[in-house]
Amino acid sequence: MLLGPALLVSAVLFALGVAGVLLRRNAIVIFMCVELMLNAVNLTFVALAQRLGVAGQVFVFFVMAVAAAEAAVGLAIILAIYRHRQTLNLQNINLLKG
Amino acid sequence: MPGSLLDALWLVPALPLAGFVLNGALALTRPGAKRAVSLIGVGVLLLAFAAAAGAVVGFARLPSGEPVVQRYWEWLPVGDLQVHFALQLDRLSAVMILVVTGVGALIHLFSVGYMHDDPGYARYFAYLNLFVFFMLMLVLGASFPVMFVGWEGVGLCSYLLIGFWFNEQINADAGKKAFIVNRIGDVGFLVAMLLLFRATGSLDFGVVFSRAAGTFPPGGALITAITLFLFLGCTGKSAQIPLYTWLPDAMQGPTPVSALIHAATMVTAGVYLVARCGVLFALAPVASAVVAGVGALTALFAATIALKQWDIKRVLAYSTISQLGYMFLGVGTGAHAAGIFHLATHAFFKALLFLGSGSVIHALHHAYHATHAHDDAQDMRNMGGLRHQLPWTASLMWIATLAISGLPPLAGFFSKDEILSAAFAQGAVRPIWYAFWAMGIAAALLTAFYMTRLMLYTFHGPKRTGEDARAHLHEAPWVMTGPLVALGGLTLAGGALNVSPLFGGGTWLHRWLEPVTAAADRLQPAVELSRATEWALVLGAVAVAALGIFGALRLLKPEALVPARLAPPETGLGRVLWKKWYVDELYDAVLVRPVMWLSREVLWKVVDARLVDGLLVNGSAVASRALGWVGSRLQTGEVGFYVVLFVIGVLAVLGAAVR
Repeated sequence: MLLGPALLVSAVLFALGVAGVLLRRNAIVIFMCVELMLNAVNLTFVALAQRLGVAGQVFVFFVMAVAAAEAAVGLAIILAIYRHRQTLNLQNINLLKG
Repeated sequence: MPGSLLDALWLVPALPLAGFVLNGALALTRPGAKRAVSLIGVGVLLLAFAAAAGAVVGFARLPSGEPVVQRYWEWLPVGDLQVHFALQLDRLSAVMILVVTGVGALIHLFSVGYMHDDPGYARYFAYLNLFVFFMLMLVLGASFPVMFVGWEGVGLCSYLLIGFWFNEQINADAGKKAFIVNRIGDVGFLVAMLLLFRATGSLDFGVVFSRAAGTFPPGGALITAITLFLFLGCTGKSAQIPLYTWLPDAMQGPTPVSALIHAATMVTAGVYLVARCGVLFALAPVASAVVAGVGALTALFAATIALKQWDIKRVLAYSTISQLGYMFLGVGTGAHAAGIFHLATHAFFKALLFLGSGSVIHALHHAYHATHAHDDAQDMRNMGGLRHQLPWTASLMWIATLAISGLPPLAGFFSKDEILSAAFAQGAVRPIWYAFWAMGIAAALLTAFYMTRLMLYTFHGPKRTGEDARAHLHEAPWVMTGPLVALGGLTLAGGALNVSPLFGGGTWLHRWLEPVTAAADRLQPAVELSRATEWALVLGAVAVAALGIFGALRLLKPEALVPARLAPPETGLGRVLWKKWYVDELYDAVLVRPVMWLSREVLWKVVDARLVDGLLVNGSAVASRALGWVGSRLQTGEVGFYVVLFVIGVLAVLGAAVR
């Protein structure tokens, strides 16, 4: 029940996240969009767990744990970049240019 | 007992090899240890001679006289080709190992005195030992590949020893010339070997020779080609026309080296090869005629050049070429025993001549060193009257001179006479041999002439050495005169090996070699001469030799000579002979320069610089750089761009998975 709407919402959320990553320039906003994508996936897991068993719900906890760790590392990197470059605009951060 | 002596056959080459290893180690670590070096260098040769003599005695006691083949290990097992590392002792190699180790030991002993003050003393003996090892491999090898190892090895040692004093350009060049000219001949050897394998399916001497008569029709094209290719190898190694030019230049090496390698042993390898392959040559009459003809022509041609050389060693070098020509005339005629006989006697008297000239050069060199003069110690115009200072050398060299001229009862008389008689006898069957015989006789006349000239200018007449230098001239120490005396004895008595029945002898060497030469003799029977003809030939040959000697004594005026630095340039025919018929210049213009031009202008500047370097090396670099540039356009460094690509990639994968 309600599986179709739940999956639709999560797909919309995921697409918003992708669009944000693709279109925004600020590192923090991009970071937030990544979190949004993760949570969209979580929603999918929970929704599908109704049909397919409890394993999906367990996976959600793993995803949240990884997301927490990622947030810690990611924010630290963003802080370090800001200290170096005084900006978080990714268009100005292109040292890896070949 | 005979068996155990024969079992030690491997010792014969192994001892000089051990000498090389030890002396080589000393040369690298303690080059000053001359006493140890001399002890090892000469000692291994004496031991090798003893081992060789023991093996030959053991072999002679065997009833059959069949070759003894000792197999040690499997060397080249490739498909149908099974080459064992094997040594073969038969009556021919028995003669050769005795000559190589015997004469070699005497020359090693002489070197102790001659090279004593040289800084490269240990290196010299290491090379000399190595040479003897390879030479023994050459004559003891039981198959063509093993022989070829020795064949190449002696070439290498020859190169190393000619360029022994390599810090002078001319010596290094002479070494290179010898090596390169020999390579041309070696190609012939190799081609002949491969053809033989294709035709007979084996490379072992025994198998090849026993199958030869059944495989090759007599006078066929294949056997003629094989033997001619073999002979090309011989012309390189044994300095015959057209590849003889390296030998005179090889005189840049130390004189004992000239005596050992470039007179007594290595250069006779070609004669040995033709005698060894006597069956093959007997099946190819055309090739035999070529061998004999080239031999006779070389004998005459080299003798003319020797008439006008001033360098004492160059006279002897051309004399060696000429005498090698006699040997080829002998083996080409089918008189293998006579050729090998001349090989042995020539080893005695030519080694004596070279060592004698070494003694002269040594004395002059010391005198010049003491007086700080810079004259050429090898130019006969700077010598004269040396018999007073070097009485032993002078008298011993006179013996060798009379021997090489062919006066009885010295060694050279018997061997040379036998070759010329065989050639004359062959003329009854194939008339072209009369021409070869005539060339041989003419060469004998010239030989007597130029050898007497050498002796006259060196030891007689006025003394052209400077007054102060003369005070320092003295006879060499016993380590140098001792070998000379021993060789003098061999020169006097060596003819006894094979005295023909004409003089009541039993042709001992001829009968000894019978098992080896029998197969060839059956195919190419010797022609018998009547007693009267033989006597006429012998008397004629002696008369020619005597004419040459007395002609030289009458015509040449040592009184008129002036030292080399005052001498006027030669003119007319004398200049042509002095310039060696301009053969070196001819080869330079026809072969060396075109090859150099081709190498420089085409192979280097076009093929190497443009094609290899330009197109292939730099071209692939440019191509990969261009590819890299295309790839690096994707590396914008902007995370957003990467994400776009990433998303596109994921969508593509998902799209493919869903479908």
